[in-house]
Amino acid sequence: MNDEQNVLFLKDLMARFTAYVGKHLPDDVLAKLKELRTQEQGGLSTVVYDSMFENLGLADRLDRPCCQDTGVIQFFLRAGAAFPYLGELRENLRAAVAAATIAAPLRHNAVETFLEKNTGTNLGLRVPWIDWDIVAGDGLEIDVYMAGGGCTLPGAAKVLMPNAGYEGVVQFVFDVVTSYGVNACPPLLVGVGISTAVETAALLSKRAILRPLGSRNPEPRAAEMELLLEQGLNDLGLGPQGLSGNRTVMGVHIENSARHPSTIGVGISTGCWAHRRGTIRINADMTHEILSHRGVTL
Amino acid sequence: MNKVLTTPIKNEDLEDLRAGDVVYLDGTMVTCRDVGHRRLIELGRELPVDLRGMAILHAGPIVVPDGAGWKMISIGPTTSMRMESMERPFIGRTGVKLVIGKGGMGPETVAGCREHKAVHAVFPGGCAVLAATEVEAIERVEWLDLGMPEALWVCRVKHFGPLIISIDTQGNNLFETNKATFNARKTAIVERISQQVRFIK
Repeated sequence: MNDEQNVLFLKDLMARFTAYVGKHLPDDVLAKLKELRTQEQGGLSTVVYDSMFENLGLADRLDRPCCQDTGVIQFFLRAGAAFPYLGELRENLRAAVAAATIAAPLRHNAVETFLEKNTGTNLGLRVPWIDWDIVAGDGLEIDVYMAGGGCTLPGAAKVLMPNAGYEGVVQFVFDVVTSYGVNACPPLLVGVGISTAVETAALLSKRAILRPLGSRNPEPRAAEMELLLEQGLNDLGLGPQGLSGNRTVMGVHIENSARHPSTIGVGISTGCWAHRRGTIRINADMTHEILSHRGVTL
Repeated sequence: MNKVLTTPIKNEDLEDLRAGDVVYLDGTMVTCRDVGHRRLIELGRELPVDLRGMAILHAGPIVVPDGAGWKMISIGPTTSMRMESMERPFIGRTGVKLVIGKGGMGPETVAGCREHKAVHAVFPGGCAVLAATEVEAIERVEWLDLGMPEALWVCRVKHFGPLIISIDTQGNNLFETNKATFNARKTAIVERISQQVRFIK
């Protein structure tokens, strides 16, 4: 394929992948939900889990988005500095979203601010949202993420004084989960960013929920805090849909950076049980591999 | 036992329901969410659908054109709490009997449900294809100028559910009761974890 064909191929590939991600949960999330289902007993938990799995089966069989809220499409890129189509990538991803919106179909979720009009295309100012991380090499790795309004609503970030310590982070996480988290379609994936400022902490918290479930922060203390928060939040017993039960979360992930000595920036992002995250690796010659949904070809 | 509510719903159909009961719906259900509530309550516009005895669903679906009409693809509930500030007068003005959504609602809705004999119920969030298969037909659409999610989609539904009653006509609020339990557990858990994360020394 020549360059022009490759650019076109990339657009079509990302359109198909985006549509696919809206209809199928990634392997790790599916496995975790199956595990959590066995840990709930009876009553409304069973009613809800039965509906969840019936729904996933229907979405697969009828080839439809498993949740109607297909979000504002977000792409998190780890783009090789030598990837040959970097310059075209932004426009290419916009074109992919426009195509997926019709083909999937996706819900129209781009409302232009101030004009307050839905564009009807899922394209708008700075939407789809694209986050760039330039890395060495000539490949491209993309996380596609679509979060509904429900699990976006609990998002919060603030800057603590150092004396609040990591204890202040714990309090913040629990306050968010017991208030807005209840309505955000638990069991949740909770991402915590620990950094200096609101925007750095918030971005890290989003990257945290894009990590595969079960992965741990490489810093032992952070990994320990992930586990403590997981166990503690599960002890709250929100259950599926906040109707009470034995579990609250699919997991807690922390992403961190060094911080200014005078501040602790903390951000929280929550992912709902229908955590539609897909990861694809694309090489310069357009060969590619889907990392989040093994064995799938588009 | 699972009860089936059929529109038009009468007061006596709801009087014996209690928070935590599971019911299903047959009949007419209209999607109505943020801007639909705002237009009626804050902007004083007439709702172009008669909701007396009917059900509303807090939802913004995915629909596609289908011949001269529309086809429901995916329709799950959205966060009901966003409508809390307007639901009490909304119930009073419209005569809606069943408000369906996701997550709990607050004291204003509880008061509205008690005054006007209505209930709030949750459909399991994220189960949007299941819900779509329980919509027999989209009868019409109003306020399409608001875009696909916010328009009023008038649906005919069959055995729509499971619907878990979260607020009943007696003032019981399932989510508020649950939240009180979660918050009662919280303090001790936060204290326990805090002891183990004193990394700043």
